[in-house]
Amino acid sequence: MPTSREQILTAVRANQPPATPVPQVKGTWIEYDDIVGQFCGLLKSIGSAGYLVDSLDQINATLAELPAYQSATRICSLVPGVGDSSVHLDSLARAHELDQLDIAIVNAELAVAENGAVWISDAAIKYRALLFMAEHLIVVVPANGLVPHMHAAYDRLRLPEFADGRKAFGAFISGPSKTADIEQSLVIGAQGPRSSAVFLLR
Amino acid sequence: MSHATLATEFVADRKRAAWHDSALWFVRSKRDKCAQALPEWESLREIASQIKQHTSSRLAEYLEEFERNATANGIQVHWARDAAEHNAIVLRLLQERNVKLLAKSKSMLTEECHLNPYLEKHGIEVVDTDLGERIVQWRNEPPSHIVLPAIHIKKEEVGELFHEKLGTIAGEFQPEYLTEAARVHLRQKFLEADAGLTGVNFAIAETGGFVVCTNEGNADLGASLPSLHIASMGIEKLIPKLHHLGVFLRLLARSATGQPITTYSSHFHAPRLGGELHVVLVDNGRSKLLASEEFRRSLNCIRCGACLNTCPVYRRSGGHSYESPVAGPIGSVLGPARDAAKNASLPFACTLCGSCTDVCPVKIPLHHQLLAWRKELADEKLVPADKRFAMKMAGLLFRSPWLYATAGRVGRFALRFAPRWLVYNRLNGWGRQRELPPAPKKSFRQLFRERKK
Repeated sequence: MPTSREQILTAVRANQPPATPVPQVKGTWIEYDDIVGQFCGLLKSIGSAGYLVDSLDQINATLAELPAYQSATRICSLVPGVGDSSVHLDSLARAHELDQLDIAIVNAELAVAENGAVWISDAAIKYRALLFMAEHLIVVVPANGLVPHMHAAYDRLRLPEFADGRKAFGAFISGPSKTADIEQSLVIGAQGPRSSAVFLLR
Repeated sequence: MSHATLATEFVADRKRAAWHDSALWFVRSKRDKCAQALPEWESLREIASQIKQHTSSRLAEYLEEFERNATANGIQVHWARDAAEHNAIVLRLLQERNVKLLAKSKSMLTEECHLNPYLEKHGIEVVDTDLGERIVQWRNEPPSHIVLPAIHIKKEEVGELFHEKLGTIAGEFQPEYLTEAARVHLRQKFLEADAGLTGVNFAIAETGGFVVCTNEGNADLGASLPSLHIASMGIEKLIPKLHHLGVFLRLLARSATGQPITTYSSHFHAPRLGGELHVVLVDNGRSKLLASEEFRRSLNCIRCGACLNTCPVYRRSGGHSYESPVAGPIGSVLGPARDAAKNASLPFACTLCGSCTDVCPVKIPLHHQLLAWRKELADEKLVPADKRFAMKMAGLLFRSPWLYATAGRVGRFALRFAPRWLVYNRLNGWGRQRELPPAPKKSFRQLFRERKK
């Protein structure tokens, strides 16, 4: 008796149509004259915020003005020099202890102007739940990681790996979690973070 | 029951039907705005369509490539020929690890397989963690829309439901308040869950990983707190290369809800440290559909829901009238492919306006397929006798110019002079909700002859 795998593959092979070519992903893609303005404007439109900054001090100064940051007691920063970290991932027994974490501050590699997304991997994050459990997510991206669209993002993106060669998790994250499942009313802050901010660091 | 019979109940509440219609039209309008903001929209659709058709043409190789790479990444790959085998695999994985509570995120495939009742029968608590899905789960209903599962429910009803289930204040129905209550409830469930199950939006053969897209963050919470993550995917979800995601992620959310991208587009490529990641590849009729030249392109669907939002029949009849895990135009193509007799009425729940085909991000010729299904169903005698009879008569009428002209004369006379009961009775199904137009005095042919003189 052939296995399910063999049966499925045999059926697919027998039924698949004659080969068609794989297209080139090429085209005249959208470009922005003011790419930083586009990125920050888009974030604003989805209930987030983007800032172009020149130094870590500037990030800290901006954070100090955010109400969410002012009232925060549990902060986990993985960006050296940014924020007063009071939660250290190494001291947690498991990811579940990140419940009620007020602020997570993490690095991202890329930012995408067309949709406000940042590419974050967990290669340097012990518990990736950090990205989704925190009440507020703060992201720091090198300004030269800002690309106009997703094609450029995938051109630059390399799938992250841990030091031991294991593949890591990566996600494009655009703004805070949200839902419109009750009568199409947009509510910011569904199951994940209630707010987010992105700093483009020059 | 037929779509028309089920829709009768939906349209009986005229105000509510109009509300449903406008709620979906709002989403459709947002989609238009988003699509029109991208000058390259049409070329993206064309490339996406070609990628999907190419993948179909070499699907067996891509499945093997995916399995090879996923296995090398430490993902355990399972194969299920049908729904029963899928459910058995999931149950075995859960039972072997003594899972009591499963946090599930949106997966139309598990709706298709009726996974929830199966697991519950075996004593496993399943929590649908998407807000809309949690609402319909509590109401013991299937989702009425593939992207907006609770689009048919009013906020007052959600308020009552949450009062009963979560103890929210009676009479309180502000979406912000209710969403917050659900957040507290669901986050507790994530913390308690022993396993997470997600769907798959795209699986990448080249890298042996997959992508899940959500706005709420529920899939990620379910996949990053418990140590076991199971992902269920239909075999048609494959794409060849990682960079192809650039095309699909640009199209998906814009088509679905008119947002430039979902909040989370998560790329899973390996279990996390100390955890397990299982992928269940499900056929359940897909390989058979692949053989059909007429209908195979319906396998290219990326489940954005744009064809539902634009469909004048879906908007005015509601998802539950389709009695199918996927409603709307794409559901009306997929339904009969799975069970022609049960879903025979669906391809007729369509005006052939073609709007679905115009908005489809992967260019599935939906209205052509719906028309093709009608012919197929009629050939298989799965169309009701009265419709078959009417079509046969129409066939005779259109074949004979004399009969056609005579019928026109009789019709024009009858519409002017016959008593109302003779025209509007139960034999005239078309006239049930409609008034026939006033009959012209002369036929087109008469007018044309007079004009030529």
